Amino acid sequence: MSIGHTLLGLLEGGPRHGYDLKRAFDERFGHDRPLHYGQVYSTMSRLLKNGLVEVDGIEHGGGPERKRYAITDAGITDVEHWLTEPEKPEPYLQSVLYTKVVIALLTGRDAADLLDVQRAEHLRLMRELTQRKRDGDLSDQLICDHALFHLEADLRWLELTAARLGQLAKAVRS
Amino acid sequence: MTPAGSLLIATSLNKTYGHTPALDGADFSIHPGEVVAVMGPSGSGKSTLLHCLAGIVRPDSGTVQYNGRELTAMSDSERSGLRRGEFGFVFQFGQLVPELSCVENVALPLRLNGAKRKEAEARAESWMERLEVADVAHKRPGEVSGGQGQRVAVARSLVTSPRVLFADEPTGALDSLNGERVMELLTEAARESRTAVVLVTHEARVAAYSDREVVVRDGKARDMAGVR
Amino acid sequence: MSGQDAPAQEPRARVSVARWAADLAMGARFAVTGGRESWARTIMTAVGVGLGVVLLLVASSVPTAYQQRNERGDARATLSYASKVKAGPDTLHLSDANTDFRDREIAGIVMAPDGDGSPPSPPGVDRLPAAGEMWVSPALKKLLDSGDGKLLRDRFPYRTAGVIGDSGLSGPNDLSYYAGISPKAFDHVNSDYHLAQWGIQKKGEGEPLNPALLLLIIVGCVVLLLPVLIFIATATRFGGERRDRRLAALRLVGADTHMTRRIAAGESLFGALLGLAVGTGLFLLVRVFIEGVVVWDISFFASDIVPAAPLALAIAVAVPASAVMVTLLALRGIAIEPLGVVRNARPKRRRLWWRLLLPLLGIALLAPLAGGFQATSGGSDTKAYQAAAGAVLLLVGVTALLPWVIEAVVERFGGKGSVPWQLATRRLQLSSGTASRAVSGITVAVAGALALQMLFASVQARDSHSTGQDPRRAQMMANVPVSTGAEARDAFERYRATKGVREMLGVTEGYVSALHHSKDDPSTAPEASLTVADCPSLREVAHIRSCKDGDSFFIDAPPDYYAAGEKFAKPGAQVNLAFDDEGMPDLRHKKLWTIPASIKVVKSRVDPIGSERTGVLATPGAFDVAKLARPHAVAMIRTDPKVPDATEYVRNTSAALSPAMDVMRLSSTAQSDEFTVIRKALFIGATATLLLIGASMIVTTLEQLRERKRLLSVLVAFGTRRTTLSWSVLWQTAVPVVLGLALSIAGGLALGTLLLKMVGQPLAVDWSGLGAMTGIGGGVILLVTLVSLPPLWRMMRPEGLRTE
Repeated sequence: MSIGHTLLGLLEGGPRHGYDLKRAFDERFGHDRPLHYGQVYSTMSRLLKNGLVEVDGIEHGGGPERKRYAITDAGITDVEHWLTEPEKPEPYLQSVLYTKVVIALLTGRDAADLLDVQRAEHLRLMRELTQRKRDGDLSDQLICDHALFHLEADLRWLELTAARLGQLAKAVRS
Repeated sequence: MTPAGSLLIATSLNKTYGHTPALDGADFSIHPGEVVAVMGPSGSGKSTLLHCLAGIVRPDSGTVQYNGRELTAMSDSERSGLRRGEFGFVFQFGQLVPELSCVENVALPLRLNGAKRKEAEARAESWMERLEVADVAHKRPGEVSGGQGQRVAVARSLVTSPRVLFADEPTGALDSLNGERVMELLTEAARESRTAVVLVTHEARVAAYSDREVVVRDGKARDMAGVR
Repeated sequence: MSGQDAPAQEPRARVSVARWAADLAMGARFAVTGGRESWARTIMTAVGVGLGVVLLLVASSVPTAYQQRNERGDARATLSYASKVKAGPDTLHLSDANTDFRDREIAGIVMAPDGDGSPPSPPGVDRLPAAGEMWVSPALKKLLDSGDGKLLRDRFPYRTAGVIGDSGLSGPNDLSYYAGISPKAFDHVNSDYHLAQWGIQKKGEGEPLNPALLLLIIVGCVVLLLPVLIFIATATRFGGERRDRRLAALRLVGADTHMTRRIAAGESLFGALLGLAVGTGLFLLVRVFIEGVVVWDISFFASDIVPAAPLALAIAVAVPASAVMVTLLALRGIAIEPLGVVRNARPKRRRLWWRLLLPLLGIALLAPLAGGFQATSGGSDTKAYQAAAGAVLLLVGVTALLPWVIEAVVERFGGKGSVPWQLATRRLQLSSGTASRAVSGITVAVAGALALQMLFASVQARDSHSTGQDPRRAQMMANVPVSTGAEARDAFERYRATKGVREMLGVTEGYVSALHHSKDDPSTAPEASLTVADCPSLREVAHIRSCKDGDSFFIDAPPDYYAAGEKFAKPGAQVNLAFDDEGMPDLRHKKLWTIPASIKVVKSRVDPIGSERTGVLATPGAFDVAKLARPHAVAMIRTDPKVPDATEYVRNTSAALSPAMDVMRLSSTAQSDEFTVIRKALFIGATATLLLIGASMIVTTLEQLRERKRLLSVLVAFGTRRTTLSWSVLWQTAVPVVLGLALSIAGGLALGTLLLKMVGQPLAVDWSGLGAMTGIGGGVILLVTLVSLPPLWRMMRPEGLRTE
């Protein structure tokens, strides 16, 4: 999952300190794996280098210096691109997809659209696998079936999420 | 979105049952030989879309064009005739006439069209062979397995060589192995005879047999081919 | 060991009784609480059973009703078996004074006390009517008071003094009266008698029933009641398939097979009990209604219609019991599993032998009775039982054959033919049982009705003999006793002047006697008749070529008319004209007259009422009517067909001439109305049965359709025409009904032939009855189809596809 895109997405709401970013990330996505501050620092410096964020201001205090980051136009485009581009369908995507949905909701983008695009992508792959299964031998079929069942599970999750978008939007924005 | 060369085109269909809107401005189109999956959560209006497309139900507003003819303007008997001759149907369950033998069930659409019994049953048997159920030809539907029964139903839906096959959850009552076999045989047979298939399903693995999918949500149909 | 077991078993038995009760109660609850559909089912069953129960209760009331009626009838009888009553101080002088008003008979008695004593008053009347008074039955009073009765009022020159009480009536619609007349009025009465006591005392059992009639009654009961029983059985199975599915749901939550059976039994028991209640209620209504019904001039008081206690008890027990039995039997063929109802996929082939055995046994019982029920042979009890058993076996056997026949025939169809035909026959192949059950009632009803019709038709043919009357020559004939020729002339004049009389021929008849006593019976003398009339009238009674006033004619009596040597009336012979008060020849005060020697001998001609005359015919110029003792004026009347109620005017004139109103209407055949009515009743009964069966077929068909709502929608989806399915419903009904009718016609003809043999009548097929039955059968097929069509079309709407 792309921590960079996620942090960028969080910044879309307004400039934040690195520490704030970490806290916001952990709150929403880091239930079992909170970010290390170092991860935030290195990610932010990479984003800074790529021109996706800029430093909005530095706060001097007792501890380490605290930079405030703001997203650039290039950064917004990058988030946009990330959200609209469907993930390559593969198992265990839900954490990425979940993050994307939340970011989309937070940034006021169309989360349903995101899900639809992803679902089309899933189905495209499922079609391919189904075709391969048809032409292949038993071992091909079994391998394809395994993938198909996993993809189906994801797809069901997509549908379920789509059906609950309204609920989720309320929860995220509160 | 009404691409040229479409066999069946529906535009802004509206249909309300009582106070429940089932379709709310749905669009749809299908080319000859195309397999289109209609997906969506239950109650979204998938089946209603299928019923409108097949001329079983007249939409409250909107038009359905089949082969350049306005389906919505036809009389009941004209539409019935169309369904007998040019359309085929497979449903989830309860579609075989229990007292007729399987081969008689398959021959039924041909006979409704006025074919002679012998001819009809000969053609029915050849279709049953293609769907690998020739061995149950003379059994009654109650005496065959669910998968066999569904394949008999598919054979029946294809026996008239329809231009459009409407399949409403054709594998809904089957386990995955049987369901897939039915889908394989169905799509294979349909592609060979360039029959367009409108496949209503809520199962992704069934929809994966289609060329493209349309998602119905809140009475609106969204063509996923145009999403990207 | 058994000693130890016994106490342990007792509580178990009690537990199982409690279980039974609980399960039955549960079933009863399902009958009511299962929502609209189970209510509908329960009501259908209750109404069906109720209709059957009404019929049974009415049938069981017939013996009581007849007994009550006959008892009252006996109480007012005027003729006893005892020897002739002589006039005395306490006797009544009376005469029947029956008359008709349009189609209805009015029974009347005119009376006068013979002396100064206290003669008994008739039942239902508290005192004897004085001369010029009459007591009328309530129905007659109503008729007299109505606008229609105006014409009738003129017939009774009496003041209405009171209304006859119920004890003096056999039924509420009796038309009867008792009138008092002056003793002198009896002079104008043909037939009078004296009475010391009203009513007859029954000696022992009374007359034995005519054996043929007994046979009719036995077979009639079987024929009418068997379909009712079958209908009740069908009614308790209404909605059975739906119930089976509910029971399956119960199995899913843990009920065992026995429990489901008991629950089902409880459900139908409840329906049957409700039906019993409905039936009893309807019966009470019908009872009141019956009072207003007059069939065949017979009516009953509601209080007469009381079911015989043992029969009522039998109904109360048998109906619920048979409902439970039928349900349990029906459940035998299916297994109710938790996940649904499993019908035995391939039901056992129906066996032929016992089905064939029943009718054969019936024939074997009936055949030896050939000739056994002729009027001459007394019907013994064993014979009656044998006949009843034979008829029941034959009819039940034919019904039992039906499922086999339907199965055997339907199996041969083999899916050929058009789509509707294929759908219908395949359906019948799969469940021919349902079809044959519905039709089995038809078989009994039609077979029985047909057999009875054959029997009636033959009895009727025998009984509606030619009367010899010729209604083209005269439509009415009156016979009025007159004292003088002038009176006779007067009577004729009055008839001639009556409204609606087109022509009248009058003859005055009297008797002459020989001058010596009879050799066989010295108390009297041989008599011959003397008829005086004008030429046109004489031509009606004799073949006369030329006639003018002053002529007389002689018709020779057939050789066996007189005892040897007593033929005294011949041309030129002297005869005696004097008769005493008792009407006997008076040889002490002879009045002599000589038959003219020139009298022309002629041949007699059958007169309009069919009788032939002998003796002397004289024109008024040849014989003075006034010289005849105790003459009768016989008027042959031609009425004007254009005048409505001409007959009634003539009757009124007769009433003015004689209190006995001796006037009759002529017809060429004596139509025995009774048989016409029985045939009509039979026809109505058979129609009602067929309609009942039609109703249950409609219910079954609708149930079947509702069950396949989804399939119907699917069939519509792939473009099935309405007509295709409509025809299939028609065939589905027609095939079993046609087979049932064919079988019942065969059975009916067989039974009819046997019955005719028993009463010794030649074989005659009642084609019209047969045609009528076939027609009704066809009507039932159409009716069932027509009633099923609207729901069928409603169910053929695509909405049925949305039910997932």
